[in-house]
Amino acid sequence: MKNVPISYPTFFIILPLLIILNSALTAQPEVTPIDSAAALIPRNITAKDFKYDRGETIELNWKPADRVNQEMLDGYEVYRAEESSDSFVSIGFTGPDVTRFKDNGVVSEKRYRYRVAAIVGDVPYLSEATPPASPTMELVNFNLANLFIIGCLIAGAVTYFIGHARRGKKLFIRKIAGLEAIDEAIGRATEMGRPILFVPGINDMDDVQTIAGITLLGRVAKVVADYDIKINMPVSRSIVMTTARETIKEAYMGAGRPDAYNDDMVRYITDEQFGYVAAVDGIMVREKPATCFYLGAFYAESLILAETGNSIGAIQIAGTAQPAQLPFFVAACDYTLIGEELFAASAYLSNEPKQLGSLKGQDVGKLLAMVVIIVGVVAATISQSWNIAFFTRLYDLMIKLFTVQN
Amino acid sequence: MEIFGTWLAAFFTLGIISFLYRDNAWYKLCESIFVGISAGYWFVTLFWDNIHGLFWERITERHDYWLLIGASLGLMMLLRLIPPIGWISRWPLSFVVGATAGLYIINYFASNVMVQVENTLMPLFSAKFGDPLFSASPYSIVGNIVVAAGTFTGLVYFFFSKEHKGAFGGMAKIGIWTIMITFGASFGYTVMSRMSLLIGRMDFIFGDWLGLIR
Repeated sequence: MKNVPISYPTFFIILPLLIILNSALTAQPEVTPIDSAAALIPRNITAKDFKYDRGETIELNWKPADRVNQEMLDGYEVYRAEESSDSFVSIGFTGPDVTRFKDNGVVSEKRYRYRVAAIVGDVPYLSEATPPASPTMELVNFNLANLFIIGCLIAGAVTYFIGHARRGKKLFIRKIAGLEAIDEAIGRATEMGRPILFVPGINDMDDVQTIAGITLLGRVAKVVADYDIKINMPVSRSIVMTTARETIKEAYMGAGRPDAYNDDMVRYITDEQFGYVAAVDGIMVREKPATCFYLGAFYAESLILAETGNSIGAIQIAGTAQPAQLPFFVAACDYTLIGEELFAASAYLSNEPKQLGSLKGQDVGKLLAMVVIIVGVVAATISQSWNIAFFTRLYDLMIKLFTVQN
Repeated sequence: MEIFGTWLAAFFTLGIISFLYRDNAWYKLCESIFVGISAGYWFVTLFWDNIHGLFWERITERHDYWLLIGASLGLMMLLRLIPPIGWISRWPLSFVVGATAGLYIINYFASNVMVQVENTLMPLFSAKFGDPLFSASPYSIVGNIVVAAGTFTGLVYFFFSKEHKGAFGGMAKIGIWTIMITFGASFGYTVMSRMSLLIGRMDFIFGDWLGLIR
């Protein structure tokens, strides 16, 4: 390769250019010089009780010092001391862009003071102590006032309709297909001389779905007692077992056949999900029930149970409010009570004023939600498109009404 | 010991899977062992966690005597074993059911009603060109319309005070279609996750146990 000689004048032009280019490429961001420690100390620190809790949190807010460049800050360290003490102890650390801290390690009604330090390198630039603050418990959470108002509206509607039903006025409830089939399914079991299987899900009595399932059990057990057929109810929770026994016993007494009741109708299997399922599947294939009810809270076992029931040719009626399990029941069962229908079922079947009124009251709630959705969506669309103040205010009001603050 | 555990796990896995063929003695054996062991395990777990951990230790160490109220409710449940006073066991049951309903009503109302309605309150579209919502993608507009219309018609379906006839019935039909399409998507998603469980078991049998998969 041929060497190209560089002349001296060219060299003296290129060299300064290279130096300028190099300095431009390697330039560091300018750092604000610190002329005194005070320039870094956080300011306007406030410590106050965190509202609407059980008196276990104090909330701190502060502003960064005017001359602080966030890039040079490592973060903020928060210190706490009891009012009577001057020994501040570090209780937490926040990032350089966070100027808020919640202290959850305080005792209700005790008074505390705080200091906040901006940390640069290993050096803390400490603020003055705040005035004392103490966490207190509030009995009423006013953040949930909207929840209370809407709840009162619906509760008022429920009360009104219960009174309405008690006065003997007829309340209309539309037909629910799955419920119409209950009597038919029990009748089929009677004709075939085979038992009925009732599965109340795998959750305990602290789940409203289990409570709804047990309520329906009362109705099923009454018809079972009338027809004198066998009901078999394996359960996975001891309290559900006790409640179910009480419910069936009451149904048999109501039917005038207390002698036909037997505690063995309801059997505890195990709390273990798949152990329970293995046992229920075994019961299904051995006893071959004519009708299977799955009413309550179900998880991964839903399809295993429904498919086994399907394989033995049983009529199957399911009901749950578990969105992920409903598709399996819809696919494998003859009738499925979807979500709300499970809760409406007991009212529909019992025809009792209390339950009917409650169902009607809930319908008022749904009507309210429907109206709000239409008005809110129209207001939001108009507000977004044409920026009309009235619709913006209306939309904000709707959002405010339905936002749940914790 | 590890080999013994692997063989035991394979024995029970195949025993439970044999149910796919028909009910048989092997399945019955596995079922009985599974039920028996799990019932025993839960008894011991609940005893040590609840009666010992949550009750006895707190009473003796922290002197939380208010826990005696819960313990007395638990004892009342056991009175079922004495028929003449068995009726007392209904009190704790009533307490559990009533307290549950009361405690959960706020949570359910907030999450299933308030939050759902709040999330539905959004503009369907924006007429302003250049607006992020309008210019971003037509999918978001379609998505917003589906969410608003789906929630509304879904509510119509679950409205029990009016017969599903005429225009109201039409909306209810759209509602149940929306629900069913959602179920279809959910079905497919869940089946895929179940397939991964099956693959896990097959991996155990052919890999860990038989050593055919490396």
